[in-house]
Amino acid sequence: MSSPSLVASRALWARLGGLDPRYPVSFLITLILVLGEARYGILGGYARLATALGVCVATELALSRWLSGGRFANVASAYITGISLALLIKPRADLLWPFALGGFLAIASKYVLRYRGRHLWNPSNFAISLLVLAAPGSIAILSRQWGNDLTTNAVIWCFGLLIASRVRMLHVTLTYVACFVALALVRSLIVGGPLLAEVAPLTGPMYQLFVFFMITDPKTTVSTVRGRIIVAAAVAVAETAIRLAGDFHVPALSALYPAPPILALAIVGPLGKALDLYREARSGRMT
Amino acid sequence: MVHAVTSPFQRRIAVGVSFVAAIVLVAVLNRRAPGAGDASGAARFHLTNIATEAGIDFVHHGPTLDPRLDNIAPLIGSLGAAVSVADVNNDGWPDLYVTNSRFGYPNALYVNRGDGTFVDTARAAGLADVNRPGEGVSMGAVWGDFDNDGLEDVLIYKWGYLQLFKNMGNLHFTDVTERAGLRRWMNANGAVWFDYDRDGLLDLYVAGYYRSDIDFWHLKTTRIMENSFEFATNGGKNRLFHNLGGGRFEDVTDRMGVGSTRWTLAVAAADFNGDGWPDLFLANDYGPEELYLNDHGRRFTLSRVGLESDSKSGMSATLGDVLNRGRVDAFVTNISEPGYLFHGNNLRLNFLPELGRFQQAAEGVVADAGWAWGAQFGDLDNDGRNELFIVNGYVSGDRDRSYWYAASKIAGAYGAVFEDARAWPAIGTASLSGYERSRVLVSRGLAGWSDVASQVGVTDEYDGRAVVLVDLFNRGVLDVVIANQKQPALVYKNTVPPGNHWIAFKLVGTRSNRSAIGAEVTLQAGAARQLQTVDGGMGFASQNDRRVHFGLGPTGRADRVVIRWPSGTLQTLEHPDVDRLHVITEPGR
Repeated sequence: MSSPSLVASRALWARLGGLDPRYPVSFLITLILVLGEARYGILGGYARLATALGVCVATELALSRWLSGGRFANVASAYITGISLALLIKPRADLLWPFALGGFLAIASKYVLRYRGRHLWNPSNFAISLLVLAAPGSIAILSRQWGNDLTTNAVIWCFGLLIASRVRMLHVTLTYVACFVALALVRSLIVGGPLLAEVAPLTGPMYQLFVFFMITDPKTTVSTVRGRIIVAAAVAVAETAIRLAGDFHVPALSALYPAPPILALAIVGPLGKALDLYREARSGRMT
Repeated sequence: MVHAVTSPFQRRIAVGVSFVAAIVLVAVLNRRAPGAGDASGAARFHLTNIATEAGIDFVHHGPTLDPRLDNIAPLIGSLGAAVSVADVNNDGWPDLYVTNSRFGYPNALYVNRGDGTFVDTARAAGLADVNRPGEGVSMGAVWGDFDNDGLEDVLIYKWGYLQLFKNMGNLHFTDVTERAGLRRWMNANGAVWFDYDRDGLLDLYVAGYYRSDIDFWHLKTTRIMENSFEFATNGGKNRLFHNLGGGRFEDVTDRMGVGSTRWTLAVAAADFNGDGWPDLFLANDYGPEELYLNDHGRRFTLSRVGLESDSKSGMSATLGDVLNRGRVDAFVTNISEPGYLFHGNNLRLNFLPELGRFQQAAEGVVADAGWAWGAQFGDLDNDGRNELFIVNGYVSGDRDRSYWYAASKIAGAYGAVFEDARAWPAIGTASLSGYERSRVLVSRGLAGWSDVASQVGVTDEYDGRAVVLVDLFNRGVLDVVIANQKQPALVYKNTVPPGNHWIAFKLVGTRSNRSAIGAEVTLQAGAARQLQTVDGGMGFASQNDRRVHFGLGPTGRADRVVIRWPSGTLQTLEHPDVDRLHVITEPGR
């Protein structure tokens, strides 16, 4: 690489670091959407994207104006949520309501489920968890993959790690991935199954969206690096508990098996966030 | 009223109430999901399993496999139950051939005695002992008179060597595979007879599922599985065998451009684009369906008709005139499992002549039939509209242990991981979409389809694979025969209240193949048209009766019948008598 282009790249890298994290993340999820749709037709119909995106953005605009003194909120978060829902929710062939209601619930959760002035759930994590638990007869989240293709996986992981680094959430992603792999080994030993089968989910699309858009959401992660690392590890541990329950066919938890990481985050994430907000308030650091 | 809410507190309460209402709505809408139960509404027929009374006591046995596949043997060995219909002795009564898939276990040829009972004559006929070490095990069979001698012959496709048996008459068959040039090892799960070059001789298309270099009893590698759950192309190669006459066949797969390796599970042939030449429709597992259009018998072209990007898990290729438009539409079964996967069945309405594409019309109960396998269209109540019978269920093991979670671990993985069978979690005694009930869907016209299975007496939870519709007792109603994996075969006798009329045709080709396979029969009654094709094999591992059956409703009106023979000859029958079977011989030049 020539010297001027190196300088330009560094300048771009520095500028990326100064951006609102929502913009590089929006770029990444758009990249995944375009790549996945072009190569594999992952959406299953543009009506799904239009519905999820439209409802998310409209809900964000309406609720922000109505509840926040007449100001419209930035819709970047709603954009990310809408695309996440369109990619992850795979309902019965003819259903659009999961995208409409999921979009509304995702954005509305930010305004309704609050503690000390902050929302606790990542919006798409909340909506998908709720749909998985309340509407298993209507939605699934595993219907399509990225063609089970290494190249596509590699592109998404490269861009994902780059952007996670720039938005200063790489430690969350890496902590979770490291814990997942370590716990996969533990699960393999306990269950007695192939290690590859336990590690394999990490290469799937649900995990790519999970590690780059949900668990790293700056608005719902805790305030310290140490805290975020602990929460990421705790999510991986909770997920392992769900997975082991699945391996041993525990009937009471069967509703959790289709989406272990998403539901683990939905359980652990808000607890961590609430605890963080509580500690902040007690220590007087909160203004 | 929203505009009446003014204070911030009231606004938050209003949003909170809307939020809770949306959650309640999610639960309510989910409860309305199809598949939860049968629809209300009267069904005008009733099906009763009379297998035992009819003397059909067949129980399928699945294949045993190389011990290196033990971890997922129940998954891999979940194929092989098949049923096909033929009048093997030309006595006017349809007979049944059912396959077994374990070494030492015989196939059965149930000859119809004409008194409501059947007798297995496979051993005497030479069609029983075909599942042998070194030769492979049966996966299905298709019947057709390949030498135009007036007797239907049979091709048994296997995980192993194909076997072609010539019908010598007097219920005796001779293995002519070697002489015909068909002794090929294929791991095939579907085949169809059709005359692609319209020379009057039946050609043969065989769908490879697993690669043909795999011997399931002496594995050289465990890297035998699909390399993608969506776009796999590492399956067995499909083969087209051209009938040269004189009992000889030639492999013309590459020359004709039909060597798909997309894990084809089912194949059907019909003229989809109305050019008079039969095309090939493939239902592929782990990938999109394929339609190969026939270019005047010179070559096939893989069409781009909207199928290529819609990747699912095609299990069955079923043809029928869904809306009485005089068109061949296609129904392809897929997989649905609440919480995990909604691939959904495809109902492809044929608009190729006008729009150059199919239109997807599956919704509700048509789209979701569980882990669906074989399916057939047929007018079960003779009201002039087709019903749709779907069998389903994959592996019925322990009821309280499901393999779905374990399968989901690798479903999204890099393809090279799960291509190796050893990387799959062990299934043990768990179920995978087991104990599913068959679906019997009745068309309500513009109101869609309703599932009336339990109303009409179909309540079994066997792992259905193949289903055929056939007027077993020559009563003018279609009965249903089902082959279940590792379970008993079922014979559902149909009871239809009097009032609706019917008409049926048995076609005898002269310039066309003698079985008339591929002939299209269009019945016109006023503005309505119904189309049926003579079946060379369709659905999954199945072949219906070659006789075509039309329900006519209470009016019993049949103005005109137009037969388009495979040779291209058109024949018209004006005001044929109803409530009877017509035997029609193809006119000469």
